[in-house]
Amino acid sequence: MKIHEFQAKELLSEFDIPVPRGGVAITPAEARKIAAELGCRVAIKAQVYAGGRGKAGGIKVANTPEEVEKLTAQMLGTRLVTHQTTPEGAPVSKVLVERAVGIQHELYLSIIVDGTSRMPVMMASESGGMDIEDVARLSPEKIISAYIDPAAGFQAFQGRKLAYEMNLNPTQIGPATSLMTNLYKLFQTKDCSLAEINPLVFTADGELLALDAKLNFDDNALFRHSDIEQLHDLEQVDPLEARANELGVKNYIKMDGNIGCMVNGAGLAMAVMDLITKAGGKPANFLDIGTVNNIDRVIAAFKVFTTDPNVKAILVNIFGGMARVDVIAQGVVEAHKQMDIRLPLVIRLAGTNVDEGKRILAESGIKFIEATDFYDAARKAVEAAEGGSK
Amino acid sequence: MSILIDEETRLIVQGITGGEGSFHTQRCIEYGTRVVAGVTPGKGGSEILGVPVFNTAETAVKETRANASMIFVPPAFAADATLEAADAGIPLVVCITEGIPVLDMVMVHNYLKNKSTRLIGPNCPGIISPGKCKVGLMVGDIHLQGNVGVVSRSGTLTYEVVAQLTSFGIGQSTCVGIGGDPLPGSTFVDILKLFQEDKDTKAVVLIGEIGGTTEQEAAQLIKGKMTKPVVAFVAGATAPADKRMGHAGAIISGSSSRAKDKIAALANAGAIIASSPAEIGLTMKKALGK
Repeated sequence: MKIHEFQAKELLSEFDIPVPRGGVAITPAEARKIAAELGCRVAIKAQVYAGGRGKAGGIKVANTPEEVEKLTAQMLGTRLVTHQTTPEGAPVSKVLVERAVGIQHELYLSIIVDGTSRMPVMMASESGGMDIEDVARLSPEKIISAYIDPAAGFQAFQGRKLAYEMNLNPTQIGPATSLMTNLYKLFQTKDCSLAEINPLVFTADGELLALDAKLNFDDNALFRHSDIEQLHDLEQVDPLEARANELGVKNYIKMDGNIGCMVNGAGLAMAVMDLITKAGGKPANFLDIGTVNNIDRVIAAFKVFTTDPNVKAILVNIFGGMARVDVIAQGVVEAHKQMDIRLPLVIRLAGTNVDEGKRILAESGIKFIEATDFYDAARKAVEAAEGGSK
Repeated sequence: MSILIDEETRLIVQGITGGEGSFHTQRCIEYGTRVVAGVTPGKGGSEILGVPVFNTAETAVKETRANASMIFVPPAFAADATLEAADAGIPLVVCITEGIPVLDMVMVHNYLKNKSTRLIGPNCPGIISPGKCKVGLMVGDIHLQGNVGVVSRSGTLTYEVVAQLTSFGIGQSTCVGIGGDPLPGSTFVDILKLFQEDKDTKAVVLIGEIGGTTEQEAAQLIKGKMTKPVVAFVAGATAPADKRMGHAGAIISGSSSRAKDKIAALANAGAIIASSPAEIGLTMKKALGK
């Protein structure tokens, strides 16, 4: 789960990591008031779930409260398109107004869990401010890392080592080390999947500040962090994904094609998407319907498909193991009773209770195209979608 | 022969009294698995499905000489259950539970470093050695006893592949679902090594997906140490970046986690790439010269 920069900075503050003074505004007047209180040159930063804001015009600098009000009015209500957003961009409903600082030196700092060592790893670089993937590509020697023993935690010597390797001066070593220790504390306490400060700056006055911050959280751990879960801004999520979530359909990801897919299992769902592409079509979504033992989730999935104006055909591919094929079939039939669904429907069923599932579909009288295997299903769905769009 | 589980497996089920735990335990028993005990704290002394239930894994092992455990405990408690099984000295732990926090698994891996326990999963369908033993959720009757090993990050995609193999008369020695989490207990490398050593496994199917670098690590092993043919498929070539595709581990967050880089690494190492998930069985058939 992602959160906004201003929320990430509030969490950093809680863990004694210094951030620039500032506040969040949802109106130009509020932004002006914050700027007046700060009484200095400020940065106005669009709050969206995407990086690359600077280049896209999502970060502006202003000298007076009047200017802040004007610039904020121009930003709010727009959609910001960066290299990380969809072509439609992300809605800007909030801006962070904070003290603009004179930068002496930009660093990079982050923590993730490394899949190979199965340990948290802190990565640091003296080339902050840039996209870390670019640094990794252009000058990999500039990224240094420290693996963190989960039982012992992050140690001060690791912080000193990283700080010296980043060529910090003697007065900077201590503050940098305690900041790293605090960042790991935050990462561990809040079950982060990513804690990134980029850039971490030394100001012209020698102050250490987290100028930008990105915190992502482990979805699996949200059950023990209700404070974090409620920070989620649904406005930043694709509306169909938000709708699916609301209807109880998890694991739905919107894509840009025209074939609505319902598959059980994440790997199989990806394989079906690959097959649709191979057959010359494009999936409208990824959906792992999971282990369905009641029909409600199937009906809800059909609601999502019919809400998506791009969907021209629906493909259902179920290989029942834990999931029972007959229940899926009942759900499909019930969805057609409740809604007026005129989209062509391709169904491929296999596995647990498949005969019963096929019987239910046959006796229901609903129109559908039967497929014998998952590639057959993909081809027929592509054909049906093309026919529908003519 | 087979790897990890066979007729000698004596299984306990942690979380046997829960809905899913009891349902799948029943299926395993029907398949022929020797389920010797269940563990549910507070329900020790009772019996379910004709199997005695104990309060702790330690007593269950002591009383029944169990040598494997299958875990169906809810996500918040599954890491604890895994450590309990390891502490009881159980050599093989199969954790089915989906949704365990990553940092809990970091602690589990750290603890297991100094233990001899092998962990499969979490968030996995389990293991089956067709005709001998099943520890997991997979449908038994699509499998056929034979000489091809299957290792996969996905559950239902593995069913598709096994059904393809069986339809060509190609049986399986053991099928191992290593799970869709970012920090699996056993990786492709671990399981490939076992298949390489197993006398009755003649060839291996590897089913990978986007996210992480475990396919690249598998490629290194295939290049250096595997003499048996490996047929590989990687799901998610059409998945978008930065979106988690159902499995916690399936997210493209760097170029090495893309399908095309994984396929290139595997092909480069000498694995036979199935270009379509619908042709994995056929590709294996050709590899075996059938």
